[in-house]
Amino acid sequence: MLVSTKWLSEYVNTQGLDPKDLGEKITRAGIEVDAVIDRSHGMTNVVVGYVKEKVKHPEADKLNICQVDVGEETTQIICGAPNVEAGQKVIVARPGAVLPGGMKIKKAKLRGEESNGMICSLQELGIEGRLVSKAYADGIYVLPETAVPGESVLPLLGLDDVVLELGLTPNRSDALSMLGVAYEVGAILSEDMQYPEASYSESNEKASDYLNLKVEAMEENPMYIAKVVKNIQVKESPLWLQHRLMAAGVRPHNNVVDITNYVLMEYGQPLHAFDYDRLETKEIVVRLASEGEKIVTLDDQERTLKSNHLVITNGKEPIAIAGVMGGANSEVHNDTTTVVIESAYFASGSVRQTSKDHNLRSDASARFEKGVDPNRVILAAERAASLLAELAGGEVLAGSVMVDELDKTPAEVVVSPDFINNRLGMKISLEDMTSILTRLKFDYQAANGLLYIKAPTRRQDIKIEEDIIEEIARMYGYDEIPMTLPVEESKPGGLSSYQAKRRQVRAYLEGAGLYQAITYSLTSKEMSQKFALETAPVTELLMPMSEDRSILRQSLIPHLLEAVTYNTARQADTVALYEVGSVFLGETESGLPHEQEHLAAVISGKWLDHSWQGEKKAVDFFVLKGIVEGLMELLGLSKEVVFERTEVDGLHPGRTASIKLAGEEIGLIAQLHPSEQKTRDLKETYVLELNLAKVLNKEVEALYYAPVSKFPSISRDIALVVDSEKATGELQAIIHLSGGRLLKNVHLFDLYEGEKMEPGKKSVAFSLTYFDPERTLTDEEVVNAHNKVLKALAEKAGAELRG
Amino acid sequence: MEAQLQQLKEEVLQKIEASASVKELNDVRVAYLGKKGPITDLLKGMGKLPAEERPKMGALVNVVREEVTTVLEARMTLLQEQAINEQLEKESIDVTLPGRPIKTGNHHPLTRVVEEIEDLFISMGYEIAEGPEVEKDYYNFEALNLPKGHPARDMQDSFYISEDILLRTHTSPVQARTMEAKEGQPIKIICPGKVYRRDNDDATHSHQFTQIEGLVIGENIRMSDLKGTLSIFAKKMFGDDREIRLRPSFFPFTEPSVEMDISCFKCGGDGCNVCKKTGWIEILGAGMVHPNVLEMAGYDSKKLSGFAFGMGPERIAMLKYGVEDIRHFYTNDVRFLSQFHRTEV
Repeated sequence: MLVSTKWLSEYVNTQGLDPKDLGEKITRAGIEVDAVIDRSHGMTNVVVGYVKEKVKHPEADKLNICQVDVGEETTQIICGAPNVEAGQKVIVARPGAVLPGGMKIKKAKLRGEESNGMICSLQELGIEGRLVSKAYADGIYVLPETAVPGESVLPLLGLDDVVLELGLTPNRSDALSMLGVAYEVGAILSEDMQYPEASYSESNEKASDYLNLKVEAMEENPMYIAKVVKNIQVKESPLWLQHRLMAAGVRPHNNVVDITNYVLMEYGQPLHAFDYDRLETKEIVVRLASEGEKIVTLDDQERTLKSNHLVITNGKEPIAIAGVMGGANSEVHNDTTTVVIESAYFASGSVRQTSKDHNLRSDASARFEKGVDPNRVILAAERAASLLAELAGGEVLAGSVMVDELDKTPAEVVVSPDFINNRLGMKISLEDMTSILTRLKFDYQAANGLLYIKAPTRRQDIKIEEDIIEEIARMYGYDEIPMTLPVEESKPGGLSSYQAKRRQVRAYLEGAGLYQAITYSLTSKEMSQKFALETAPVTELLMPMSEDRSILRQSLIPHLLEAVTYNTARQADTVALYEVGSVFLGETESGLPHEQEHLAAVISGKWLDHSWQGEKKAVDFFVLKGIVEGLMELLGLSKEVVFERTEVDGLHPGRTASIKLAGEEIGLIAQLHPSEQKTRDLKETYVLELNLAKVLNKEVEALYYAPVSKFPSISRDIALVVDSEKATGELQAIIHLSGGRLLKNVHLFDLYEGEKMEPGKKSVAFSLTYFDPERTLTDEEVVNAHNKVLKALAEKAGAELRG
Repeated sequence: MEAQLQQLKEEVLQKIEASASVKELNDVRVAYLGKKGPITDLLKGMGKLPAEERPKMGALVNVVREEVTTVLEARMTLLQEQAINEQLEKESIDVTLPGRPIKTGNHHPLTRVVEEIEDLFISMGYEIAEGPEVEKDYYNFEALNLPKGHPARDMQDSFYISEDILLRTHTSPVQARTMEAKEGQPIKIICPGKVYRRDNDDATHSHQFTQIEGLVIGENIRMSDLKGTLSIFAKKMFGDDREIRLRPSFFPFTEPSVEMDISCFKCGGDGCNVCKKTGWIEILGAGMVHPNVLEMAGYDSKKLSGFAFGMGPERIAMLKYGVEDIRHFYTNDVRFLSQFHRTEV
């Protein structure tokens, strides 16, 4: 909402208040002033000129040499506008003027002819092109004959004005009108209001003689009033009206249309003017459209209607989409002499739906959608009739035709001053409260320790006690609210065990060299299930904005890989990222997808990079595996975790492991398939995804200290020869199982495959540690245990001791 | 024999003086003072002397031996010192060479902001509540006093999955779910999480972003409690000398509703480019929980009251760290992420 402070001052006294300060006061009281716009843009030396003479420039076809009376002198100005004529009063920017675009006006020579200034269009004075009436859209602006040469044009065009741009929240639709803003400002400044007048003499003829009205959809249209004005002369509106409209962001057309728009801006009540003669039927019938019915609207678009769209008809065919836009067939033309002014209350839901279906938003629909003041429907019609009489020479027919079943009773709220103070944590006196209600022009009575309040119908946001609390508080000033803390039983806050563990997981991964990434949950169909640990029916958007963001992901890896590609393309030689986020699987009983929190990581590039010491090492499978093992150690789960070879699409078939926790698959770790690496332009890249929810929710034993023993442990190394395919994990498992209670630790310290070995064989070396916390082990005990291990290895894995 | 002894002494002292290393000096010790050395020989040869000369001669030999030993030990100490110094010299390094880097990653800046906020409120007795990102229309809108057809729904263009299911547009549904689950009991929670809106991604919009909200419900929770709580938050996040101001605003789920500004942490309120010359920076929205919201979740709005507040960690991170484009948070450029490594002032 654009509010001209000059126009506003007609309804409420704002004298002596700088518009910026006024804006600040309005903001602090609850309606945010987004901008304070000085319409003069600081212009000076822009005056009325009278074009005495116009001759063609001898050297340029499109230029004219004009002799212009600018008050103190007559001076020569070259003008290129197609519509400049002798005898016009025009806007002249004199040398020294600075126009809003920054253009400085100087004396100049144009093709040899002197030019002492510039004849201006409205656009050149900083008025948006869309607001300039069509007549002057492509040329200079012509002022009324009454303009006096030499005088500043700023007051004439209403540019000596400051406009406040209000950012209105949906509840404050009452401020979608000059009067509504005036009420607000009046309350803030404790100033009284001046109301607009509607006075005209009625004709002998009656509106009801001219027009029949029937409303067939009372729910969508509980109130409709039409006034008929005849003998009007359609012409340009007076300048003051035009510039007020422009200040409000509305383009002037002609006096009839301008008056309806003016009253819309003044009262917030949308009006529509029909050409009475073009109605043809002397009848207005308001009804729901029939499915598929068509209308051509004022913007020359043919629109197909649905059965829930409310239309105004002439009894035969639609002449307007109610509350949204008029029809071309009944539009006011230059030859129109009799108009029907419609003022109505259209239900907000109906207008919202219709406006949405046609993707058609207008100043009118915006107000109906939010609900107009039921008590202004008649007032606005009267005000429009009065202006038509005054500015278009119209004769207003007596009375009006009207259907009215609209409930106009104000909302009643009963609230106790104590309740108000308790909720605010303040001690505002009853006198201060009632004084605020008076300023707001709310009807109230204070009795029995209660306030009985009737909220004005313009304030449809006032319904309950809390609304009154807000009104009192915002007028009293939020700065006056003290600062306290809740008084309550003191309870400790904290993280849940899951949340605390998740933080530790993050800290661990970051300590291990990974940066936390956050990527998008929405992805493409192609990527939604790629590399997924588990797939289920996908969750798809009804109306995606793009194919790339149309489905919720079931794996975190694809977007992390995108991030790796992004970084690699920008010379990052090492990228190590992890992400904790949800994947979305199938559907639960509630209809929502099953959201599962996962952890994913990717590493690519170098792991060790000590440049001057010459130590470099590329990342490999075991770097990432080591990170996972450390993580499981951190969570106390390492004993229950095993890695098994597996194959997954898009991953290196020889370098992919599934991670199992107590036999259940909870993750995978792999090298990206070389062909995937190639398409993404990546070096060797390793990926990990874990079902974090399962990992963190797994029950673990309480942490309990094991006494640190005074007795020494004994180590025995063994080098085994086994078949090349034999998994070392299997050997390790055999050792663990057969080693008995004395075997405390098994450490793989060497692996050899090559020239010195028989083909198809490899050598694996373990260091076994035996230990008894109670005493020093004897050699015999160790030999016994160790022999069992060797026997089991030979029997179960065909392992021989390397000679 | 005495002359012989004197000559031997001279010889040994010369050799000691001439020794340049610990090893050489040890050789001298062994050669002259050892069991097979000339001094020992002299002592052994004393048997040939007349008995009355023996004590005198023995004493003389001992004196010489002690004298030589003292000189030798002094020389030994000196040489050992020299040797150590040489070794230290050899082992010297260029201490200005770079150390072995310990490669560590760090929190995403949004997580950093969220955890800082979480920890502050945990210290004031709040718990952290989380909820689904795909949400029912009921919890996302209806339970928050946004019935179907409510004009404020236009403010939040949403990603719908079906007529009744959508990607949550704010973290407020977690509040609605928590209230429902707590069945009338007091609540003190912080709800962080990802949210989604149907916006085109640009420098100031992101279709996915994060929110963190707080909710307190109890007996006689007052608006002054909200103001006091927010003031603590502002000082903790943006500096002890921050002031706050509340401006009336509108949210369907709170009444009264406010926006909170903080005095500009860059210019202190004088006006600069961070606060757009106003001296104030808008940080969050808040308000007293709307009675409809309380009633819908089964709370008696006459007996219990509450406040709620919500903010965008992106905005806070952008303000705090001077990040100019919201897309940086989702590009995961390591050159961006790695800047959030260090501790704060």
